[in-house]
Amino acid sequence: MITLDSPAARWTLAVLAHLGLVLVWYLFVELGEVPRFVMPSPQATFATLLDPNYRWWSNIAVTATEIFGGYFLALVVGVLLALVFTWSRTLEAIFLPLLVTLNMIPKVALGPLIIVWFKYGVFPNTLMAFSIAVFPILLTTARGLREIEPDLLDLVRSLRGSRWQIFTKIQLPGALPYIFSGMKVAAILAVAGAIVGEFLGSDRGLGYLMLQVQVTLDTPAMFMAVILITVLGMLLYGIVLLLERLLVVRDARLS
Amino acid sequence: MTAPQAFIHLSGVRKVYRTGRREHLAISDASFDVLPGELVALVGPSGCGKSTLLKILSGLHPHDGGEVRIGSPSHPFDPSRDVGMVFQQPLLLKWRRVLDNVLLPAEILGLPMAAARDRARDLLALVGLGGSEDKFPYELSGGMQQRAAIARALVHDPKLVLMDEPFGALDALTREKMNLELLRIWKESGKTIVFVTHGISEAVFLGTRVVVLTAGPARMADNFPVELPHPRTLDIKTREDFGVYTRRVYRLLGME
Repeated sequence: MITLDSPAARWTLAVLAHLGLVLVWYLFVELGEVPRFVMPSPQATFATLLDPNYRWWSNIAVTATEIFGGYFLALVVGVLLALVFTWSRTLEAIFLPLLVTLNMIPKVALGPLIIVWFKYGVFPNTLMAFSIAVFPILLTTARGLREIEPDLLDLVRSLRGSRWQIFTKIQLPGALPYIFSGMKVAAILAVAGAIVGEFLGSDRGLGYLMLQVQVTLDTPAMFMAVILITVLGMLLYGIVLLLERLLVVRDARLS
Repeated sequence: MTAPQAFIHLSGVRKVYRTGRREHLAISDASFDVLPGELVALVGPSGCGKSTLLKILSGLHPHDGGEVRIGSPSHPFDPSRDVGMVFQQPLLLKWRRVLDNVLLPAEILGLPMAAARDRARDLLALVGLGGSEDKFPYELSGGMQQRAAIARALVHDPKLVLMDEPFGALDALTREKMNLELLRIWKESGKTIVFVTHGISEAVFLGTRVVVLTAGPARMADNFPVELPHPRTLDIKTREDFGVYTRRVYRLLGME
């Protein structure tokens, strides 16, 4: 009987499940005699990694820069704006409704505009990733900073605690779980933002590569690009989860 | 006449809350004295203004009329550092270990931390949490969390501890146990405690004095010393005079 309690068992199962998916993929292609341009086999897909013409490393570097750059920018701007809002009720009352409206704009629709404004390249795509990732971080952080027990506030005030003390000792650490919950959503969105940016206009990156090889029905390379984009996303998400484990006490984490 | 040694002196205290044009009388004419080292139980139904009275004593809310005086020449009182507070919820910071939670008031007041840490350890032992210093709040039961909250309220050595239904969220058995523990902690620490509750028998069991407040209109209905012997144990509740005290409160609250 396998016990699921140990992390080792869970990891093993997770790896096996992934390998299982590749196996199913392999069997489907081989036994179904699926044409290569519809769905390539796993071997054909991974073989593209060896072909220098695809310039995988440089394309990965470009897309990673856009994703991580946009994400980092979103984190900094999102948290800072949320802080400004908690420090000034007036600014919050003016700008928060505005930001909620801006959040409703499908960011993809901004793509053509961003290209008009910034040409195409790494920067506009980073901006794309940023614009889509910033809102969840901003909104959850603002909410987390507001969630403070009135009685706890009384406790600190009865000791004539300063606003800064309330902020550093209670508000900010209390908001961390919220910040992370926004960061997790944003991690997924940042990847989508960067790739959409590359689709709309770029001359480098994994998304760009996909459009290039699509013309020649080079499906194995398209598959490989999708896998690599997924890996980049998982890497970002993994880093966020790891940071959360290090910084947030188990009980305080929001699932 | 005020007894000269009163630590807290309230006379004709009035509190009105205003929301827009509406006025709500939260307390009218509350007058009672608390001697140093007393444990006074404020009892009454919801909306009788007992929590408001605590907020006035803590200096968080101003009062609108009457006199509030805390401290005496023999027991000087500094409102910024002589109040400890315990609420219905423990309100421990989830991300801090128990010891660091207890140290919060010391940090806010900027007390010397080495001494505060020693004191926090002693207090955790006093409340029965010796050995739990490095645990996180989620590792403690509700009753244990409330013990930690009591230690936190004592860490800066305040002269006055205000407790707002501190055991209201606990199950009945834990509550009984915590009542006994509180009496022990009170005796050992020598603090003046004002304890708000809506539990009539809890008020009589704990209080050296019971102040009864009624709702609608909010006013003070009674104030009497409880002359039951110390140290008090649970079998005191079966004594006849215990019943006399509780019936006196029940009657005032219109339940008899």
